[in-house]
Amino acid sequence: MRRTKTLEIWVGLFVAMGFAALLMLAMRVSNITSYIDNEGYEISAAFENIGGLTVRAPVRVAGVRIGRVSDIRFDEDTFQAIVTMHIEAQYDRLPLDTSASILTDGLLGENYVGLEPGGEEEYLKDGDRIEITQSALVLEKLIGQFLFSRSQGSDK
Amino acid sequence: MIDTLQQLGAWALQRLERLGRSHLFILRVVVGLPELLARPGLVVQQIFAIGVLSLPIILVAGLFVGMVLALQLYNTMVNFGAEQSLGPVVALSLVRELGPVVTALLFAGRAGSALAAEIGLMKATEQLSSMEMMAVDPLRRIIAPRLAGGILAMPLLAAMFSAIGISGGFVVATGLLGVDSNAYWSQMQANVDLFDDVINGVIKSVVFGMVVTWIAVFEGFDAIPTSEGVARATTRTVVNSSLAVLGLDFILTALMFGDNG
Repeated sequence: MRRTKTLEIWVGLFVAMGFAALLMLAMRVSNITSYIDNEGYEISAAFENIGGLTVRAPVRVAGVRIGRVSDIRFDEDTFQAIVTMHIEAQYDRLPLDTSASILTDGLLGENYVGLEPGGEEEYLKDGDRIEITQSALVLEKLIGQFLFSRSQGSDK
Repeated sequence: MIDTLQQLGAWALQRLERLGRSHLFILRVVVGLPELLARPGLVVQQIFAIGVLSLPIILVAGLFVGMVLALQLYNTMVNFGAEQSLGPVVALSLVRELGPVVTALLFAGRAGSALAAEIGLMKATEQLSSMEMMAVDPLRRIIAPRLAGGILAMPLLAAMFSAIGISGGFVVATGLLGVDSNAYWSQMQANVDLFDDVINGVIKSVVFGMVVTWIAVFEGFDAIPTSEGVARATTRTVVNSSLAVLGLDFILTALMFGDNG
């Protein structure tokens, strides 16, 4: 009888450790927090070009992550990309004239939406649209423009 | 010419018959699984033999795999100034691939071989046939608890392997290589998805646990009841289950991560 007891203790310990490891993988390693946090509000913005932006990309103000991209759609009337962003509930005081631009994290990093707060007294609410946007910088276009201006300059 | 052809045919039929037998075998065991709910003690015993006793090798292997992974990846990534991505790369490779696969390979070597040898010896010493004579179904009394133990223990072992590997990577990355500790975790959380990565890894390890235990108990049960037969069954268990794990891993990865990478 004594043997079964120690055996059961060991198995209990094993199972507990297994679940602790699973819990650590879920809480510490993965993005479970972004699933739990359903409070907050959605704002959207229209961009000419979103570059490599993907759903679940971070939304940052002053480099601090305040939300994530929840949806990306293409509007066939304006030919623009509509990016919907989920902002955490605690950051509810973004001015109405906040501007949004798509930036890249370092030279090789992922794309994210950077918000630049304006000076308006009123704040963005759920469902609001950010009016001032700046598209992603597409490297090929920049190189194209650079080469074009170079060749124009050498003609003169 | 005809003889060779006949040999080939006989060989193929034999293989096919064995495959069919193993499926009928597992079917009968699975049907017996619900009865175990009435006798959980049998399963607890098997989790001890299969899971707890495999713990040392899994933990040590996980720790070192994580540490080596961090060390090696850092050397390449630092050239691109991408050492911030060390956390997500270590975590993704462990959670998605190395955790389930390496654990399953070690599991096949540590627990699978023991299972096959144990059951093979039971057969060789005619314990199984005497059980049948006492109207105890060895499939339900001996095989089913072991299968259940394997299926339950394997995902827990794989989770521990990944968790300790990521921690080992963390220690090496921050302590030895000077990666920022907050970047290690926050980049990891930004890039590892709960459902796409963690849950899929768990599904993989459940499948591997099932396959490895299945092969082990079938090889043991089907062994020729001599000492040589048991030895061959043990070898076949390790070889076949390792191959099955690697092959299945490719299929599962293609199904889970194939469409969007």
